[in-house]
Amino acid sequence: MEVALNNNTHKLLSKIAINDGHGENSPYFDGWKAYDTNPYHPRNNPSGVIQMGLAENQLCFDLIEEWIKNHPEASICSPQGGFDFKEIALFQDYHGLPEFRGAIANFMSRVRGSRVKFDPSRIVMSGGATGAHETVAFCLANRGEAFLVPTPYYPGFDRDLKWRTGIELIPVVCESTNNFKVTLGALEEAYDKARESNIKVKGLLITNPSNPLGTFFDKDTLKTLVRFINEKNIHLVCDEIYAGTVTNGNEFVSIAEILEEFPTICNHNLIHIVYSLSKDMGFPGFRVGIIYSYNDTVVNIARKMSSFGLVSTQTQHMVASMLSDNDFVDHFICESKIRLAHRHEMFIGELAEVGIGSLESNAGLFFWMDLRRFLKEPTFESEMTFWRIIINEIKLNVSPGSSFHCEEPGWFRVCFANMDDETVMVAVERIKSFVLERRMLEIKTKAMAKNKKQCWQNNLQLKLSSRRLEDIMSPHSPLNSPMLRAQN
Amino acid sequence: MSMWRPCAEVERCVGKGAAGEGRSCGETSCSRAGSGVVCGREESGVVGLILSITQIKLDGLSLFVLMAIEIVQPSVGLSKMAVSETHGEDSPYFAGWKAYDENPYHETCNPTGVIQMGLAENQVSFDLLEEYLEANLEATNWGQKVSGFRENALFQDYHGLLSFRKAMASFMEEVRGGKAKFDPERVVLTAGATAANELLTFILADPGDALLVPTPYYPGFDRDLRWRTGVQIVPIHCERSNNFQITPEALEAAYDHARSMNIKVRGVLITNPSNPLGATIQRKVLEEILDFVTRKNIHLVTDEIYSGSAFYADEFVSIAEVLESRNYKDSERCHIVYSLSKDLGLPGFRVGTIYSYNDQVVTTARRMSSFTLISSQTQFLLASMLSDKEFTQKYIKINRERLRKRYEMIINGLKKVGIECLKGNAGLFCWMNLSPYLKEPTIKGELEMWKTIMHEVRLNISPGSSCHCSEPGWFRVCFANMSEETLEVALSRIHEFIKTRKQ
Repeated sequence: MEVALNNNTHKLLSKIAINDGHGENSPYFDGWKAYDTNPYHPRNNPSGVIQMGLAENQLCFDLIEEWIKNHPEASICSPQGGFDFKEIALFQDYHGLPEFRGAIANFMSRVRGSRVKFDPSRIVMSGGATGAHETVAFCLANRGEAFLVPTPYYPGFDRDLKWRTGIELIPVVCESTNNFKVTLGALEEAYDKARESNIKVKGLLITNPSNPLGTFFDKDTLKTLVRFINEKNIHLVCDEIYAGTVTNGNEFVSIAEILEEFPTICNHNLIHIVYSLSKDMGFPGFRVGIIYSYNDTVVNIARKMSSFGLVSTQTQHMVASMLSDNDFVDHFICESKIRLAHRHEMFIGELAEVGIGSLESNAGLFFWMDLRRFLKEPTFESEMTFWRIIINEIKLNVSPGSSFHCEEPGWFRVCFANMDDETVMVAVERIKSFVLERRMLEIKTKAMAKNKKQCWQNNLQLKLSSRRLEDIMSPHSPLNSPMLRAQN
Repeated sequence: MSMWRPCAEVERCVGKGAAGEGRSCGETSCSRAGSGVVCGREESGVVGLILSITQIKLDGLSLFVLMAIEIVQPSVGLSKMAVSETHGEDSPYFAGWKAYDENPYHETCNPTGVIQMGLAENQVSFDLLEEYLEANLEATNWGQKVSGFRENALFQDYHGLLSFRKAMASFMEEVRGGKAKFDPERVVLTAGATAANELLTFILADPGDALLVPTPYYPGFDRDLRWRTGVQIVPIHCERSNNFQITPEALEAAYDHARSMNIKVRGVLITNPSNPLGATIQRKVLEEILDFVTRKNIHLVTDEIYSGSAFYADEFVSIAEVLESRNYKDSERCHIVYSLSKDLGLPGFRVGTIYSYNDQVVTTARRMSSFTLISSQTQFLLASMLSDKEFTQKYIKINRERLRKRYEMIINGLKKVGIECLKGNAGLFCWMNLSPYLKEPTIKGELEMWKTIMHEVRLNISPGSSCHCSEPGWFRVCFANMSEETLEVALSRIHEFIKTRKQ
């Protein structure tokens, strides 16, 4: 007897397959849809949506392209590199090409100013950082156990760490009052909350430099975190995917440096680093994810799991060639920092002119924009409403803080490295004109309201007739909110 | 200070200068325990020293004795998954690799070394690939101007490059001689068939559920289908009496067995052509399997990774053809796994696909493929190669012929000394029967024979027990990962060995 398959198909799939763990039902994706259906193009669609929700690094491709032109042997398809084709195509050892591991260890070291060395035999491959995070979770925690994660955090973690593993994520709340720093108090609170709910905490996951904040941890905070996890005997997973985007030179401290400078600060078996070439090099398509663990068993097991997400040997070969060229690597790292810094400064400088501030930061491919005072109310509903205005009226896809599990509404992540200079100016102009238009609209509406209801004037916080234009344009004027219509 | 305890690997350590079972070999890179792990030693966590002072009265004298007491903290917790052995690497399938790694055959440098016949690689047609690359530089590389590089490097859409998906669909059609059509929209890309099989299992079954798999089967399935998914494999027992074909009775028996253990069966997974049998599944059997899964309302996963390695194109029938002949009725329970690792000999490039006739499976699989995407650089290279129909038709035809020739060479060579093999018509290996030569007709006897072949004959072949074969004495012998000369050497060693055995 045949069953009507169509009606019952969903019952035929696993729970994992039919749940929301993939994360794509989040309203966060509305912005992407708006962009996909109406993407900006300088000539073909100049009024389209500009993509500022994608953390890509497009600033240094010229350097890479030049290197590739000059090094045809890096490609196994070229006459110079073709000699290796068969050997490379056949190589499927999950240890990876030795020269690949060596080059990655070399690159990771140089990205950290050569202040610390990495052991190639601890380098484990994975399907991008996405695959790395999932693999580390599979190694460290059982179904139903949890990781602590400081908020705000990259939305992808909800999928990467939870979907197929069945692991929970417990937020460690960070607040703007101290620039979203992770405090010991917040850690303890999150840990205790888990205990009360009978959830076993297996680790703490930090992203350093932070996505979406663009800030990095200072040495003292890192030491505090390390002592915390050591005391609780839980793991510390450090996603250092943005390590190469730090524009402040030597101030970034990697967890590797903490272990080197303070070797007895903790049990090294608890420390694991996730890395990738997707952000620092701008190679998300090549799927070069790395797990670097100080725990031998984790290296061993993660390596076995890497069978599920090995890096293509064609790509390993090219990356090995490129990243062992120290002249190129040093020049690239240096130039990339300069260009990122310049782009970042350009953006926040322009936005400051219209009174829009952001969290002070020196890393990442984005900044954390403060639009709190633009919200009608300090609620997430207001944030979402305003976000839809940004997408539909200003035509920019930025990412609302709620999608990063930020506890305070009004913050938005704005990516700046995935476009050319002209597009930056277009985006900036759109924001500026939007802000100015709203203010003029407010002034006009207020003036009309004043004429109609003279007796209410005394109740207004601002007496328009006595205000100079500059004061109205001041960032501190409550009239700046586009959400406000003349309602008082 | 760390306290050391023997690691679990010690018992099986066969490292360099191996101290033997039960003792540590002290190797720092024992590939049993894993790179970086010192065999025989395992860190158990931070240890502290407490100095305590104890007063002892001894013959009227008080002595203060300083004693050091060691305190051991529990070793840091990993997941159950991490400490289980479901990764499967303790199987003899992998142990033979060790013997080869330590003493690999080389025709001039090491002519007495171990010949690797346990690795199903296809090395017979590389010249055709290299010829293509030489003639198509602009299309496969980023060209002189490197103009496509940036776009390629940035492309991380899990739908994959459209040109590549189209090329894969087209190639899969070519392999089936145009007898089935493939829609590029149903092609989901994964980093290898290893990932594809695991991913499908995550989608089709919950932890504790089971997939039915005919024996003998590829040892890697124990890891791919079970390890991280928590899903079980219940074997469908196949016997030599009918050439290991899958029968409806065997299917029902496996299903009932699972039910009797209160295990929910979610699907059947078959490999066609079969690994390790090296034979295609007959159309009639495919129809029976399809009827079975329909009756039970479960899934059918068909791993067709060796479809391009069938020696005669018309002897391979794809499940896609059967579905087409039924007008795709009930096809939503069917899913095909494919890869370029065997037919094209490109295992390093990690190119796997899932082709599902179920929309929801396609959508979900695509989302899950985020964990295991194919490098866009590799997609770009292969998109052009596989959409070149002139090239693919030529390649497929010549590849089949060369594999057939190799197969005939090894079969005839074995026949000369009276060794029988299962009649095969596909794949990169033959299924050799050494049961007449076993000291006892048991797995123990088989493993003894296997060790002898490894250490005396110096061939790494795979024992049937590692493939869960229900009858001892069968061995999988690969023939496509070496030159013809090396194959001759291997055959002559076997000849010698059998001669001595017969005496």
